Amino acid sequence: MPDLIRGRIGGVAGQIGSIAVTLFGLLILTFVIGRVMPTDPVRAIVGEDATREVYETVYRQLGLDRPMWEQFFVYLKDVATLDFGTSIRTGQPVLNDILYVLPATIELATFAIIFGAGLGIPLGVMAAVHKDRWPDHLIRVFSLSGHSMPIFWTGMIALLVFYAQLGWVGGSGRMSQFYIGLVPEKTNFLLIDSVLAKEWDVFRSALNHIVLPASLLGYSSSAYITRMTRSFMLDQLGQEYVTTARVKGLSNRQTIWRHAFGNIRVQLVTIIALAYGALLEGAVLIETVFAWPGFGQYLTSNLLIGDMNAVMTCVLVVGVIFIALNILSDLLYRIFDPRTR
Amino acid sequence: MADPILDIQNLTLRYPNAPTPAVCGVSFTLGQERLGIVGESGSGKSTVGRAIMRLLPDATMQADRMSFAGVDLLNASEKQMLKLRGARMSMILQDPKYSLNPIQRCGDQVAEAYRTHVSTTKSDAKAKAIAMLEAVQIRDPERVYDLYPHEVSGGMGQRIMIAMMLLTDPELVIADEPTSALDVTVRLQVLSILDDLVKQRGIGLIMISHDLNLVRNFCDRVLIMYAGRIVETLDAKDLDHARHPYTRGLLAAQPRIGGPRRPLPVLDRDPSWLSEATL
Repeated sequence: MPDLIRGRIGGVAGQIGSIAVTLFGLLILTFVIGRVMPTDPVRAIVGEDATREVYETVYRQLGLDRPMWEQFFVYLKDVATLDFGTSIRTGQPVLNDILYVLPATIELATFAIIFGAGLGIPLGVMAAVHKDRWPDHLIRVFSLSGHSMPIFWTGMIALLVFYAQLGWVGGSGRMSQFYIGLVPEKTNFLLIDSVLAKEWDVFRSALNHIVLPASLLGYSSSAYITRMTRSFMLDQLGQEYVTTARVKGLSNRQTIWRHAFGNIRVQLVTIIALAYGALLEGAVLIETVFAWPGFGQYLTSNLLIGDMNAVMTCVLVVGVIFIALNILSDLLYRIFDPRTR
Repeated sequence: MADPILDIQNLTLRYPNAPTPAVCGVSFTLGQERLGIVGESGSGKSTVGRAIMRLLPDATMQADRMSFAGVDLLNASEKQMLKLRGARMSMILQDPKYSLNPIQRCGDQVAEAYRTHVSTTKSDAKAKAIAMLEAVQIRDPERVYDLYPHEVSGGMGQRIMIAMMLLTDPELVIADEPTSALDVTVRLQVLSILDDLVKQRGIGLIMISHDLNLVRNFCDRVLIMYAGRIVETLDAKDLDHARHPYTRGLLAAQPRIGGPRRPLPVLDRDPSWLSEATL
């Protein structure tokens, strides 16, 4: 069917086009952020005591005397060649910094979202099925407390109980001090690197350290996932096809999981992708409490001292993450809902 | 009628937090016949259908007797009901646009009705479903089997629904306004398919409708419901000789094709209808 194939190609082309436009808009945004922020990039490099001549030289070296559009093209070229400049705070190329902190956060956020969805979806379904009866109320209390307790506080309490008192899990950092530097950093995903190096003790230590912060983050995002699942599910349970399934003689459980659940997957993908994106950009509190060298911490500390190269790149990374998550959700929609094919 | 399929005496049903019962003192029996239940919106006719299938877990039901082929529907456990629903009694819903699961293939939904009650292989259930799709006069059943509900027309969807609900050879089928969502042109076609199958298989049919002409042509007997009560029961052919003022009001309010156009008469509701003894 050539028509169908042409339709597919058209769809893919349209999607690539819209991604390109979004990326371009994002680049304009980060560029503008770099120019309008009330920090002086030259001062940041030369220091407070530099003479006027030194200041002028650096000013020209940075290309700040050229017209705005020319500066923007230089910026585009830099981004295209993955040259994001040097961070003033760490003295390292920003790219290297990001390649170190981002995997740490991805690891944490991935575990957290698996935990959050694994907890939130069944609880939400259960709350919908038992609407306004005691399981619903119990689940509401459980998920609201996860949502409303400040995570830095639960983080410290959890460290105190599960690490200091009970000793079930590892403390702060990505692994025990003892193992630092033992595993060659290939991907910077510690769990993957340790498997690649066949260092099982390091793997176990890393797992031990990620469990607590990931489950706390997961618990707090499960609150949102639970509430949304409940409302999506209530919507579906009122639909006629659910009655059809009951008329066919399917039990409650079969009706819910074989029929109603399939119809909330698309909506679930949307909110889980958003929750995952939020975890990737902003787990700064939990990263601080657990001394986790992650992206949230990196972004926040650079923002506070006005390290513009790093901040611009972080904003770009967050944007790219959300674009990627959108593409992923679009793909999943197509798998889950025949009407979108 | 020696052995009714369905025997309901004095059924009263109340939804939670409702001031008045939705169904009040309804009694009727059903054999291998086609029974129409007619009434305005909110008269409780659909509620009766759903009460028979015990699809209203939140409502409170009372009755002197409510039995289906010897099973006491009032006291049957949910487990017993699961064996009845879809196997021995089933229900055709109003609008195939909403009553079919949008993300499953039509054929799989039909086959599921069979597989829920008969332990069989997937391919056998598929063969059964395709044969049934053919029985509801779908011309290319293998192709339709693989279509999704949004890819079929309303008339086709309702025939798929009929196939799904008759596949297990039930003794009782409740058709809840089976054609009101359909185009006028396919309405008759779908109805006659349903009618043929019901006659062939000796199924007891309850046709819930607000369409008096449809009920007159496709039913043997008609119950007229008003405000949760049965106000009159008559043979379908005697519909024009109805005695109850509500039935006569309904008949008078039908528009007719041809002749001078006058404003349709409005029902003059008499509170005494509510206190009158039924039947």
